[in-house]
Amino acid sequence: MAIVGAGPAGLAAATELRRLGIDRVVVLERESEPGGVPRHCGHSPYGLREFKRPMLGPAYARSLVSQARRAGVRIATGVTVIALKKGPCLEISSDAGLSEISAKVVMLATGIRETTRAGQLLGGTKPGGVLTTGALQGLVYGAGMRPFRRPVILGTELVAFSAILTCRHAGIRPVAMIEPGHRTTARWPASLLPRLLGIPLLYRTGLVSIEGRETVEEVVLRTPGGERRLAADGVIVTGRFRPEASLVRLGGLTYDPATGGPEVDEFGRTSDPQVFAAGNLLRGVETAGWCWAEGRAVAGAMARALSGGLPPPASQRIGQTGEHLAYVLPQRIAGGAAPALDVLQLRACSAARGRLSLHAGGQETAGRALLALPERRLLLPLPSPGSDPSVSLEPSS
Amino acid sequence: MKDHTSAPDDVFDVVVIGGGVVGCALARRFALEGASVVLLERAADILDGASKGNSAILHTGFDAPPGSLEAACIAEGYRDYLDIHDRLGLPVIRSGAMVIAWTAEQDDKLPDLMAQARENGVTDVEALTREETLAAEPHLSPALKASFRVPGEFLIDAWSAPLAYLLQAMEHGGQVIRRCEVRGGTRQGDVWALDTTRGAISGRLVINAAGLRGDLVDEALLGRRDFNVTPRKGQFIVYDKPAAALAGHILLPVPTAITKGVVLCRTAWGNLLVGPTAEDQEDRDRAGLDHDTLDALRIRGEEILPALRDHDITAVYAGLRPATEFKDYQIRLHDEGRYVTVGGIRSTGLSGALGIAAHVVRMAREAGHGWSAPSRIHWPRVPNISTAAPRDCESAGNGGIVCHCEQVTRREIERALSGPLPAQSLAGLKRRTRVTMGRCQGFHCSGPLATMTEGAFDTPMAERA
Repeated sequence: MAIVGAGPAGLAAATELRRLGIDRVVVLERESEPGGVPRHCGHSPYGLREFKRPMLGPAYARSLVSQARRAGVRIATGVTVIALKKGPCLEISSDAGLSEISAKVVMLATGIRETTRAGQLLGGTKPGGVLTTGALQGLVYGAGMRPFRRPVILGTELVAFSAILTCRHAGIRPVAMIEPGHRTTARWPASLLPRLLGIPLLYRTGLVSIEGRETVEEVVLRTPGGERRLAADGVIVTGRFRPEASLVRLGGLTYDPATGGPEVDEFGRTSDPQVFAAGNLLRGVETAGWCWAEGRAVAGAMARALSGGLPPPASQRIGQTGEHLAYVLPQRIAGGAAPALDVLQLRACSAARGRLSLHAGGQETAGRALLALPERRLLLPLPSPGSDPSVSLEPSS
Repeated sequence: MKDHTSAPDDVFDVVVIGGGVVGCALARRFALEGASVVLLERAADILDGASKGNSAILHTGFDAPPGSLEAACIAEGYRDYLDIHDRLGLPVIRSGAMVIAWTAEQDDKLPDLMAQARENGVTDVEALTREETLAAEPHLSPALKASFRVPGEFLIDAWSAPLAYLLQAMEHGGQVIRRCEVRGGTRQGDVWALDTTRGAISGRLVINAAGLRGDLVDEALLGRRDFNVTPRKGQFIVYDKPAAALAGHILLPVPTAITKGVVLCRTAWGNLLVGPTAEDQEDRDRAGLDHDTLDALRIRGEEILPALRDHDITAVYAGLRPATEFKDYQIRLHDEGRYVTVGGIRSTGLSGALGIAAHVVRMAREAGHGWSAPSRIHWPRVPNISTAAPRDCESAGNGGIVCHCEQVTRREIERALSGPLPAQSLAGLKRRTRVTMGRCQGFHCSGPLATMTEGAFDTPMAERA
């Protein structure tokens, strides 16, 4: 069994596979240290689900790694999987050059990245000092460095508040946090943090352009009162997570543009029945604890796949009606006992008050009225297979 | 002319002002002729002006104005590139191009464009029906009318090529001075003495290849100008590597009088490129991006290749082309043969550079300059960063991949930070290695990279916290 990515999902899966008696389990990690994104999140709370206590990101990552190693998992670092081939076979690059690893079953757990300034088509010039939160955390916690002192933070997803804490750790004082909408995307009480630290939180404000030659000198903001210039020496572009799905796409697996990850059934199985996926590769961001549980559950399905214990792959996709849902995961239902992904995960495109429902066999089988906000977890029960299931979010008029 | 002077050894035969692709090709060609050459670049690294943002296509010149100097230089530059690229380790991706008509009006223009191509010596163009076009490029929107194929249009590495030219010049004694701006100068006898931000530089032949500042340099040195540069901005969108499978050919529109129009093509680095726009502006330095323009470009790209809708944007950039009031290149001899202006290389500099260099050498010889050619020509090879040949990450001892998106190894970065022309800015390092240029734009590699480049750049990536 080969697992690509040593973050919470990959490490949990590897540990579980060993517990289930699988002999040879290797986790391939391209960074020099295993642990994934939490390594660079020097703040709480991690580990509530896994270790029953609040932990800082780096300590949590270390715990996951030592747990996996104790279980007999081999973790290879500094190893980049550059292609997924039929077999399945992984083409890898390391200091030793190219080589290949064949495995009976492969799990992709390559995680996510934030949408960059390019992905957001931000205007202006291209000086240094425009970073995602991930890049900032790599610099601050990974390299002990500070790329700027007075940046602007763009966005208000949970990760933006993680950016604030990273800044605080490095003695960086953000000049403002800006949000195009009229409320923060992250839940209260995260939104209290900027006020506590004296960082102005500017609502209904967009970033028009970034200005500066070598480094950022100022940003131009679009505010309800017109355009405004703000002196800053950096920009932190946060959130809008996208799965790190290049292996999926270049490897020819069926890709879901809605999630940005591979299409999977409720066993985490992709369009290649010997390739599974778990964690944030499946969709825009979930918590580390969620990914850990998902990795562990999909590992169970992988073990069953080895002994032929999974139902045949599903041909039918779960339908989506209306335009208010961004995605549904898993995308397919194969049927059969003990699904690894045991609920439907959904997200709303934008804030909407309405009814979230699952239709199957021509009638609503589950549903509830709610206020759906972007980037908040929405769940429905799994439909039964062959019932022509579809999901919808109908706004109340 | 050299024979008549008694100047000391620190007088260069040739001073090239400007480290763009044209300046680099000039430095190479004169060095190979045996001239002592110095190249002066205003920025921290070469390729910082017009040459940093183009579409990286090796053009045949099929659509150049027949009989123009531009057409002649592209034709010669094209031949020269194909002749030397292998010895310098430079890639060629033989994609071919298609000129696509999207309206009946554009369809009517295709025969004339094909006739123009043949007049320019590009005789292998081939008309394709709508069905033939779609069969060759199945991801194209079925809304197209017809097209013609230009088999000789290729993809190259727009940054490695000029770097290789300059490194070859340096192998033959050429010198490069960066962060060196020419402020003025005078000629005493046969020798020009240039006043620069890095001190006085003397030379027998001054070549102004200052691109976007070409008219300003002429003004400063000659007290006159033959043309006015009007920077023409082009914004581009780069899609992630999976999108490269959507287009085999370079997809060109029917050109207008002002611009070649929006091109869709793969890049030598395995991405898909959409652009450029054509926006005239005053500012010679600021190539600003604009959200709404980029969004319109994105929509135009999706009209041409509808499947692009499901692909991620990796990068956006803007470049400035040194357009002038003239359509053709402005290459002129001044000051009794001691000064050449190479200006108005508006959008075909990458394809034309080697031809321009050969042309200027001939002009200089006719004006009386002469040098003795070196007994042996050296061919330094640049590291391959294109998809056309194996990358460093495929061979042993590479130190591991640092930039995962672009598969840039520690050894590639270390090499780019050393050697005869080390990168002195993050921008320069990016152009040599493509580090941080991929889909994550530094999400993963900023930390290790900031550590590796500590002390190497005037503007560091970060400071010690």
